[in-house]
Amino acid sequence: MTETTDGTDPTAARRLDGNAAGGALADLFAVDLTAAQCRCAGCGSTAMLGAYHLYADSPALVVRCPSCTQVVLRYASLQGRILLDMRGTELVTISTG
Amino acid sequence: MARAAVQRRLTWLPATVVDNRAETSRVHRLIFDVPGWQGHVPGQHLDIRLTAEDGYTAQRSYSIASPPEEPHLHLLVEQLPEGEVSPYLTEQTSPGDVLELRGPIGRFFVWSAADDPEARPVQLIAGGSGVAPFVAMLDQHRRTGSATPVRLLYSTRTLDDVLAPATLEPYATLTLTRQTPAGWQGETGRIDAALLARHTFPPDVRPRIFVCGATVFAETVATALVDAGHDSAMIRIERYGITGGL
Repeated sequence: MTETTDGTDPTAARRLDGNAAGGALADLFAVDLTAAQCRCAGCGSTAMLGAYHLYADSPALVVRCPSCTQVVLRYASLQGRILLDMRGTELVTISTG
Repeated sequence: MARAAVQRRLTWLPATVVDNRAETSRVHRLIFDVPGWQGHVPGQHLDIRLTAEDGYTAQRSYSIASPPEEPHLHLLVEQLPEGEVSPYLTEQTSPGDVLELRGPIGRFFVWSAADDPEARPVQLIAGGSGVAPFVAMLDQHRRTGSATPVRLLYSTRTLDDVLAPATLEPYATLTLTRQTPAGWQGETGRIDAALLARHTFPPDVRPRIFVCGATVFAETVATALVDAGHDSAMIRIERYGITGGL
């Protein structure tokens, strides 16, 4: 991830949580994914989607792994279409009990 | 949580404005009547959608600032000068107006005092209007007479910026970051390790910790908590910022 010369991360202030993507993902999924366990395909770590990092100010919602920063999910809704890219997510586990 | 509550589709619901009043100089309390609202857990949020006459829509997420025991939904909306949605909500909505909203959303940043057999201490830490979900949690804690020990550490600019003071007062320690009234005996300045040590549950009681505020605030506090010896798995963060444009 790009860093400025003083060592601060210029993207830090834009960072939100996967929790904030819950509404948009509800357009697609019948369950609330924010408490789903997601395994990052990049580093293999697992966390609830709500604990992932969300960047919501780009043309798509971009969700990144909190451990390795790999993109795990991209979501966009435009011109009557929804686009979903989950290449970076290896496994999603949803508790139904 | 019941299976039925997990497996359901979200739909946009018409919400009628019951009241819109200034809570502080920068934050309004909007109260909605939402027929068909399925109930929620404190900490959950909702999306509001505004549609212009030309069909243009704008959408924002807001934490719900009332417990499910309260028949109306309360939001605490901070007016962002450059904002697209918050100036409309705070300045231009009146009782009887109908907006669209959907929710409740989110099962990550939630705590229900009404359903808490664990009863392990809960530590809430808020910056500014990040206190909104904690208003819902603490209002429910009070109404249900919950036995779970809970404390709030609340960083705010001035005493006049404190949201929902009557609800928060029994639980809160304030720290004022910009201006203090004459004779102020309480804490001042940003939350740091020393302030956390004085006013939050120590690591050895393994509190469940919720941190909500602007991104830099939330991450600074979370880092200080881990440095103080708290288990990072016990810390849940909600950063807030602009989630629109989609």
